[in-house]
Parts: sequence; structure tokens; C-alpha cells
Amino acid sequence: MTDSRNGLVTENAWRRLRRYTDARIGLGRAGISLPTSELLAFQLAHARARDAVHFPLDVDRLVESLNSLGEVKALGVPVVLHSRAEDRFTYLQRPDLGRRLSEQGHERLVAAGQAKAPAADLAIVIVDGLSSSAVQNNVVPFLDRFLNDLGRASEGWQLAPLTIVQQGRVAIGDEVGNLLRARMVVVLIGERPGLSSPDSLGIYLTFGPEPGLSDACRNCISNVRPAGLSFDDASQRLLYLIREADRLRLSGVGLKDRTEEVVIEQDRASNTFLTR
Amino acid sequence: MRHPYSFMLGGRTWQFRNLVELMAKATPARSGDRLAGVIAGSDEERVVAQMKLAELPLKTFLSEALIPYESDEVTRLILDDHDAGAFSVISHLTVGDFRNWLLGDLATPEALAALRPGLTPEMVAAVSKLMRNQDLILVARKCRVETAFRSTIGLAGRLSTRLQPNHPSDDITGIAASILDGLLYGSGDAVIGINPATDNVAQATRLMRLVDEIISKYEIPTQSCVLTHVTNTLEAIEQGAPVDLVFQSIGGTEATNQSFGFSLATLKEAREAALSLNRGTVGRNVMYFETGQGSALSADAHHGLDQQTCEARAYAVARKFDPLLVNTVVGFIGPEYLFDGKEIIRAGLEDHFCGKLLGLPMGCDICYTNHAEADQNDMDNLLTLLGVAGCSFIMGIPGSDDIMLNYQTTSFHDALYARRVLDLRPAPEFEAWLDRMKIFTDTSRHEPSALLPDVFRKSLKGLPGEARDD
Repeated sequence: MTDSRNGLVTENAWRRLRRYTDARIGLGRAGISLPTSELLAFQLAHARARDAVHFPLDVDRLVESLNSLGEVKALGVPVVLHSRAEDRFTYLQRPDLGRRLSEQGHERLVAAGQAKAPAADLAIVIVDGLSSSAVQNNVVPFLDRFLNDLGRASEGWQLAPLTIVQQGRVAIGDEVGNLLRARMVVVLIGERPGLSSPDSLGIYLTFGPEPGLSDACRNCISNVRPAGLSFDDASQRLLYLIREADRLRLSGVGLKDRTEEVVIEQDRASNTFLTR
Repeated sequence: MRHPYSFMLGGRTWQFRNLVELMAKATPARSGDRLAGVIAGSDEERVVAQMKLAELPLKTFLSEALIPYESDEVTRLILDDHDAGAFSVISHLTVGDFRNWLLGDLATPEALAALRPGLTPEMVAAVSKLMRNQDLILVARKCRVETAFRSTIGLAGRLSTRLQPNHPSDDITGIAASILDGLLYGSGDAVIGINPATDNVAQATRLMRLVDEIISKYEIPTQSCVLTHVTNTLEAIEQGAPVDLVFQSIGGTEATNQSFGFSLATLKEAREAALSLNRGTVGRNVMYFETGQGSALSADAHHGLDQQTCEARAYAVARKFDPLLVNTVVGFIGPEYLFDGKEIIRAGLEDHFCGKLLGLPMGCDICYTNHAEADQNDMDNLLTLLGVAGCSFIMGIPGSDDIMLNYQTTSFHDALYARRVLDLRPAPEFEAWLDRMKIFTDTSRHEPSALLPDVFRKSLKGLPGEARDD
């Protein structure tokens, strides 16, 4: 679709830079405003993103794909839990309910925590969050990579049973990790969908999880998806954060992610077209 | 000092437990106050609370702290820095009188500027609760707040923009592409400010160097900022990074700021470090703060206060450190705090008004998320209203779509729309640069040149696999 046929739209010569970014650059203009084709493209993306927020996570399908990973199978059947937010409408308006496990879920985890005699080093909690497609598309390939990296690490980390939480927020991982008596918890959660990225996965790490911790106690790796931060990179960063959290016995603002520092000393920022 | 307030209306007596409850119940309805359980029980109760609040002497706020002085450093900052001399002009007024005074001709831009040190955030929040949207616009428009670093922000008839070239993996070429797009649409006179995807000192430093090189190479009269945690920026400065502005998200209670991982002392240290670099050319405002209603509740640090009062208290934190820019990121936090377009618009106008009245260079990230009941039309409305109100700056992002933070804010096109319909211009230093670089052929029409300026044509030829001619 093009608006420019009859000369009503001023095109931008730099539109070809779009091969370097998903950002909506070089849109051109009708007068100083958006051309009709770009306006409609935006409206379509917004409509899709809104639909994605309200589309529920297919837990059965997720469990099925998780079971195809050998490392996951070794942990036993994933425990499926629900927050105190009963439905999407409540979830959107009551984040407090999304941060707490339902009573039934709480009891199940108390039992699970007691059953596993030695405390685990790490609990991995999968949470639908604000984008079910982020979880549906990206959790399995990420875990495939990460559990592999973790398995090769010399520390011999002990993993708690895998959990899946519906209608959950990030902080619910702290309650789950605490009940499973894990020293650290990793939350994989669907981030709020963007127009160009309806499936961004966020990864949060807490050392010493317990209910009531603030955001300052967590580290975050954002935008994990094929077109964002790759699964390999995300896995390496998470492994680094886990090692540092374990060494320093803390997470959050006191733990800086320095995975790139060595590389960056050599990396001149000027290595791009605009500064050459 | 905490005591109940009662109000008689038609034979019925309404009770409010204390000033905190009175303020909360007088607040126009919004989802965050409902979530906190502090909202008025009915529309009638809300208006009764507003009537009671209108009768309250302004000086009550000096003797009745909403959060105890002993337990909160933001309260201590507010009361310790209060200037009784400046306050004396209005010290005899009630909150309702204060609204009348603000709307009247006694409240000239000069009188409003002289009054600032005598105002506390609570007084300003209280009067805003009695005001309609048009009142918030009319009074804010009278407030002049000028700040400067390499460009001057807040002059009359000007609307500046933050160029926000975010990229989901901090890819340098991707970021540079968005910066070029923005510059060629006349965006970036407030700041070129990047939210890094990963909060990491080395990454932040790399982005700081990128923007510094672009600003230097094209001699752009603007400043850079990487929106990383204040402690990261401090470390970057220690390592010799080219830091123009120090960023931090701030809140209106000590506990909120603690949850953000800093204290007032941290901000003081960071400001002094940035000032020591001496990188400004036309001014020395080196801080960039972001705020937003709901952050205190989100951190469970609101002490029972309504979210708008907490937000106004954040401005006391901001004004202590002479910022270049303060940005209320009004719709970013989501529908649990501001449910729909109506609530977002109201909050944007309140924040801009409160900030300006307290003397801050207030801008607004006119935005919404995909899980809020809002759309582009709501943003058009707020943009137009804030343009009329004299908002210092807005965001500028390619096609309204932040591909890193996953929300929608104002585009480069939107800024041109506001400038054209309201006859607003960019910062004077930047406007001269747009002219000099031939980015705009006629800056008064707010229309970019149809031709790519030579210097950028050359830059594009540096791309791999690029043809010789465009």
C-alpha cells in the first residue's frame, strides 16, 4: 500500500534504515502528519496488541512443550498455580491480587516445599503476566538454552519443581520461591505487549525470595525474544546474575550486571553510520 | 495534631478521620485510589470533601504533616525548606480562596514565581483537587519556568521535545537510525534520552558515548541522557563517561525512593558529580527526573495518601536539585492506577499544573499502554490541552511506538502538529541549528525540508552496501 503515487506524501530517503531497527522510522508525511497507510498500520498493530492482552495462556499446550525438554522432565510434572485474581478484568485492576497465590495454590506449595528435603538453590516460575504469547512462544526455547547452560555449570545447582502461574505478577515469584524454600527465584513473565513486540519475555531474579520484597531487590533482563535479546545472551546474563547473587548473597540494585564490561572497553561507540 | 474533620450539609454530618483522608476523598476519581482503598465512597462524598477542603486554611499544611516529620525525609525536606516570607502573601487564605487568587489577576507570572518557595506540595495538590481542567490549564500557562544546559527550556511560546530513540537490544545502529529520524523531524531540543534495555554501567557508558559523539559531530545544541539508575551514572562519571544529565525516577515518600534504591543524599552526590564535569554551555541544570502518579502505591509506600498528593510531593524532591527537566510519565504505569483516557488526561493536567506552580520545568510523557482503556485520540486531546497549558516538553519517538518499553507516546509528527496548531517553536538554540543545517527550510511553518541535508546524505552513504546515489 502506498500513498505517494499522486505526490500527496513526502517520502523519507532514510526509510531504508528500517533494516536496522523495528522502530517506525522514515514514515514520510502528509503535510506534517502521518500518511494514511501508516496511520492504518498503527491502528492494526494497536488492535492486535489489545487482543494479545486479553488472550489467555494455553497451559496444556505449554506443559506439553515443556515436557519435550529432557531437563524439564527430570524435574517432574510442572505445578500449575493461580493467583488471587480470578479473571483478566480483575487482574488488570488489582495487581495486589496478582502478586499473591490463591489459597489452594499456597497449600499445594507448602506441601511441595516440605516434601523436597534439601532446600533448592533455584526455583523457576513461569508467569503469564500481560502477554500470554510471550510465554507461549519464548519460554520453552529459552529454558532449553538456559537449563543446558546451567547443567554444564560446575556449581551443580539444585532446582525446585517448575511452576506455572496464571494471572500472575512478577512479585508472585517471591511467594512461590519462599514456599519452595529456594535460595533464589527466577521469574519468566510476559511483559506488557508493545505494538511491534507483542511477545517480549521478562526475566527477574530475586535472592532470598519472600513476600513483600520491593523492585529494588530484583534484577531484570528485559525483551527476551528472537527479535530482541537472544535466548543465548539472556541465558548467559542470567547465569552471570545467579552466580553474582550467590556470591554476594543479594540481588537488586546492589548487584550490577557487568557481563558486557570486558567487551565494551574495546567497543568504540563511533562504529555506526551517524558518527563515522 | 491529627484530628477528624466534619462537614454539615442539609442536616447530615460527614466525617473525615484526618487530613489524609480528607485529601484522598476530595480527589477526582481514579482507579489507583480505588486500588488503595482511599477513594471517596460516593460522588456526593467526594464533593463534600472538596467543600470541606475549600474551607481549610492553607497554613494547616504547615502544622499538620500528612506523613510524620520524624519518619520521612521528604516531609522534612518540605517543611525545613518552607519560606514563610514568600508564603505571607497568601498565608491568610483558605484552599478555596487560593483557587480564586490563582485564577485572578493578582497572580501574575512574577507573583507566581515569587510565591514558589512559600508553597508546599500539599497546598498545591489540595487546590488542584478543587480545580477543573480549564483552571489547571489557565494557571499553569501563567507559570514561567526556564532552565538551561546547552539549550533553553521553558521560554514563552516554545515546546521542546525529548528524542527517545530506544531499542530493545540497545543496538547502536538501530538507536542511531531513530536519532537521525528524530533530528530530521526537528525533535530533540530538550534532550536525547535513551532508556537502556539492560541496566548495566558499561552499557550505559557505551550509549552515553554514542550520543556524545553525535552531539559533538553535528554540533547539536542539546544534551544527552541515559536513563539508568543514579548509582550507575555516578559510577559512569567516576570512570570518565561523558555525562550531561543525571537521571532518576523519583517518588513523593522516603519509602518510595528507598524502593527505587536511592536517598536524597544520593541525588545530592550525583548532582555535584555532574556539575563538576562542567559540560553545559548556556546553563547548569544537570538533573532529569521522571515521576508518575501511582509509583508510591506500587511500591507499597504511600502511607494511605492518595496518588496525586504523593505525586506532588515528588516535586519537592525534584525542586531541591534544580533539574533541567521533570517528566511525568502519566499513562505508563497502567490501568490499575489510571484506568482510561479520561483519568490519564486529568492526571496529566494536574501533574503539569502542580509541577509548574512549584517552579519545575514540567514536561509530560503523554502516553498509554496496551492494557489501558485509551488510544491515540485520547493522546491527541491531552497533547493539545498541554500545549495550550504551556507544557515545557513532550516525548518524541518514531511513529509513537516505543519498541523497547512497549508503550505508546507522542511521535515526531505529533510534536509538529502541536507546534503548528498552537504556533509553538523549539528551543531557540535548537531552532537556529535546524535552520543552519537546512533540516527545516522554513522553521516558522514547522515543516521539515523535503530534501535530505548534505551532511546526513554523506552519513547514510557510510552504510554497508549503500548505493552511491540516493
